[in-house]
Amino acid sequence: MTKVNIGKKILSANEEYAFKNSRFLAEHKILCLNMISSPGSGKTTILGRTINELKDEIRIGVIEGDIQTEIDAERIRATEAPVVQINTNGACHLSAAQVSGALEHLPTDGLDLIFIENVGNLVCPSAFELGESGKIAVLSVPEGDDKPAKYPVIFAKSKALLINKIDLLEPAGWVDFDIKRVKTDARKLNKGIEIFSISAKTGAGFANWCEWLKKSVKNLRYD
Amino acid sequence: MHEMMVAQNLVATILAEASKHNAKPIGAKISCGKLYAINNEALCFAFEAIAKGTVCEDVKLEIEHKPIRGQCKNCSQNFEVEFSSPRCPKCGSEDFELLPDAPLMLEEIEFETE
Repeated sequence: MTKVNIGKKILSANEEYAFKNSRFLAEHKILCLNMISSPGSGKTTILGRTINELKDEIRIGVIEGDIQTEIDAERIRATEAPVVQINTNGACHLSAAQVSGALEHLPTDGLDLIFIENVGNLVCPSAFELGESGKIAVLSVPEGDDKPAKYPVIFAKSKALLINKIDLLEPAGWVDFDIKRVKTDARKLNKGIEIFSISAKTGAGFANWCEWLKKSVKNLRYD
Repeated sequence: MHEMMVAQNLVATILAEASKHNAKPIGAKISCGKLYAINNEALCFAFEAIAKGTVCEDVKLEIEHKPIRGQCKNCSQNFEVEFSSPRCPKCGSEDFELLPDAPLMLEEIEFETE
């Protein structure tokens, strides 16, 4: 039996693509946000409303990741924003190589902001860097207020947290959800995280979220 | 089950080393940061499935999880982050920056000797 020291990175292929993506995005002065959440938290609905609200100010493109179907891409196409659908055929997260391929099919010369909608999953996507400028965690209130405590990694790594479907809270009162607990738990993991309480259905909270996006795009453009 | 992609890359890396050393691998030591959220059972299961029929078939994996590190924004102290109550052990501040996770590394391979 012989032991041999190797010292090789196992995911170096993904890292190389992530590096390539981030360099490409920096050269094109495009802000790229990787949205991560459980399935059904409302990522696509949030994107649709965000694109419509910012239509005259920010040029947005979208990369959609799903195990199968073009359902999400079709919903984004209805907003007239450019979109590329990636089907992972079973994989529970996007890889940097897939994003690199998708970037080639977006009209990147005319874009300020690209959203990557990752495969719905609160664990796996957070382990794979895609070359993005930052991660956005989305948590919808029916999922429960214990999620930052139970799935800390994504909340610790994200630039912003969107708490969605707040129209289900008081006064409607459909769901019990302690929004203060989520904010406290998320900030314990990540003091600088920006938190927006929104409803993609009613548009509540979108003014602040869109303002933050505009500021982030502007900062990058004049960096 | 992101362990599947890790296992695919791991098998490919060990296969390349095995052919370079012209020997049969029987064990491999890997290390990774805890932020990768690698589950040992899931990784071994995926590895076994992918390695089947290759020279890696009998490889036993040993997985080391490296702690999450943070840097205090108040006093710059580097420390191990406990997600249940992250706090700088030197000054007590709760404001810290998460440092990059330790990479997924293939540290060592054990080869059979004839």
